[in-house]
Amino acid sequence: MSRLLVCSPDYFQIDYEINPWMRRANAVNPARAAGQWQALMHVLAHDVGAGIERMPPVEGLPDMVFTANAGIVAGRRALVSRFRYPERQREEVYFERWFREQGYEVLTLDKTLYFEGAGDLLGFPDTWFGGYRQRSDIRAFPRVGDLFQREIIPLELIDRRFYHLDTCFCPLSGGDLLYFPAAFDSYGQAVIAQRIPEDRRLAVPEEEALRFACNAVSVGKYVVIPADCPRTSQLLEARGYRTFAVHLDEFMKSGGAAKCLTLALD
Amino acid sequence: MTGSQETVFLQGHIIDSLILAKVLDTILMMGGTFDLQDVTIGATREATSQARIVVRAPSSRVLTEILQAIQPHGAAIEREEDCRFAPAPAAGVFPEEFYATTHLPTQIRLDGEWVEVEGMEMDLGISVDPAKARARTVPMGGVAAGELVVTGRDGIRVTPLARPTERDVFGFMESVVSSERPHQPVIADIARRMQKLGAWYREGRADSKVLLAGGPAIVHAGGRDALAWLIEAGYIQLLFCGNALAAHDMEAGLYGTSLGYGLAGGRSVPHGHEHHLRTINRIRAIGSIQAAVRSGVVTDGIMAACVRRDVKMVMAGTIRDDGPLPGVLTDSMEAQQAMRAEIQGVGFALLVASTLHAIATGNLLPATIPTVCVDVNPAVPTKLADRGSFQAVGLVMDAASFLTELARELGWRP
Repeated sequence: MSRLLVCSPDYFQIDYEINPWMRRANAVNPARAAGQWQALMHVLAHDVGAGIERMPPVEGLPDMVFTANAGIVAGRRALVSRFRYPERQREEVYFERWFREQGYEVLTLDKTLYFEGAGDLLGFPDTWFGGYRQRSDIRAFPRVGDLFQREIIPLELIDRRFYHLDTCFCPLSGGDLLYFPAAFDSYGQAVIAQRIPEDRRLAVPEEEALRFACNAVSVGKYVVIPADCPRTSQLLEARGYRTFAVHLDEFMKSGGAAKCLTLALD
Repeated sequence: MTGSQETVFLQGHIIDSLILAKVLDTILMMGGTFDLQDVTIGATREATSQARIVVRAPSSRVLTEILQAIQPHGAAIEREEDCRFAPAPAAGVFPEEFYATTHLPTQIRLDGEWVEVEGMEMDLGISVDPAKARARTVPMGGVAAGELVVTGRDGIRVTPLARPTERDVFGFMESVVSSERPHQPVIADIARRMQKLGAWYREGRADSKVLLAGGPAIVHAGGRDALAWLIEAGYIQLLFCGNALAAHDMEAGLYGTSLGYGLAGGRSVPHGHEHHLRTINRIRAIGSIQAAVRSGVVTDGIMAACVRRDVKMVMAGTIRDDGPLPGVLTDSMEAQQAMRAEIQGVGFALLVASTLHAIATGNLLPATIPTVCVDVNPAVPTKLADRGSFQAVGLVMDAASFLTELARELGWRP
């Protein structure tokens, strides 16, 4: 059973602006956010059948709800993130503590290497892809690759709206890729094309990419995507996936959706 | 000046991810150039690759822009160190681990700043004055006890020659030696260079002197008149030779022979083998070649042209010399030093029909000076190239034909 780490949005709000989506004036509706998050949990637990691990939220750390950025987990080893912005660096100790308490072997990188966990590192069983330029530092990937004995192909994120790799790139468990090509330059697009055959690349249209269609949770044949992404649903269904749409617009105010709200533990 | 440069290091899955390609493209697109050094490709899929890249730019501003653009892609500037140096333990002795120069433009890092090394020449040491932030080459024999000499390899940059803008035979700066190479286009390019430098020299511009280093075969083969004309016409400003070229040139003037052979008839003249000795003796009696020309004893030929045009001559002696003529430097280190001093300001070098003088001069010339080596024996230009003067264009032909064609190309109508 897939296990996902989540953190409830008790303290979720927009306290600062560190990506183009965040506007402090665009306040979160806490009740709506809580309702959307609960709906997502329900789909993940009951429809998709994922195991849910909850970590306690911390007051004053509004973005801890986005557990995808806690780090990355492979087997019993967890590499804790090092956030680029000080606003989120304060989360690091809580994530690290949670991993330790759960018995993970905790790994860290040099403090000068920004690395924002599964937000910027995604992949297929053999090859991982690392998003860089906006949050994670490309120089982190050779280190991470050494730690986990994986090939990590860096991909430059060229559009500020797609500031983490998981906002525009979603490897699916069937070996397909859901992605928004224009978030990458010609080099990145060429590398993606070289690695993933054309019939396995599902290109999301821009209007749905901007509704975080790529910020999807893939578990087996199930894919949980944000609501109002009909074309993406069609693409997925045509490849044999079953999709679940969840309204997550409260979280999009902060630049995240389904995938950002979860961290795959195994 | 060599522009600005910085070495960067790139590591990771840089090949498959096209990151290396992106970085190199970025450098070029922004107006820089690069040299790829030490590229290591990962042996397995998981293993990372590495590349060390020397980035060059026409100015430090462009270099900074390029570095700013490539750093986000993982290009880390290699930490550069200052060069190391140590005092010479005795006069004429370099410290152990001394750095031996090439003849390429070289800079050393002193106190974080890159300083151009003056007087580039191969096989020397580099003497530094840290207080004045200056560096110059120094020959082993010329170093003073306690003089600071660069050691090791850190903090030293050697810049390969940039491709020159001129598209003539020297544009490639490679010593292709072939007896089958057509001569005429090469000679035409040489003539164009000499014409340009001649004009620059008259305007008093820097690095416009033309040097000719030659052997006595110029006289034997019949190139004397052509060379004398080139000097008289102002195309040559510096002559390196030995005792023999000068002796046979003046022998030809005084006796009409070269090493005893009649230059007109081509036959050996009775007692002709004495002519060069009698010539040398006459000049020794007069006291100098200059005096022999000015007093009207020597009236034509290469030496006369040099004296009349005030062309500087450095004559280096050898152990087989007769006489020698006044002015011949018999201490070879002294001769080397005199040649080295005169090479300052040379912009073009012709090495004609002399193994000894061609290689000696080649050793003294920085790689930035276009050089032609003309010899009927292909071994000479080959040897010159083997000894590091890769910039020399080799021309396998007889000295007289070369000088005659060159002079004609420049307007000589005998």
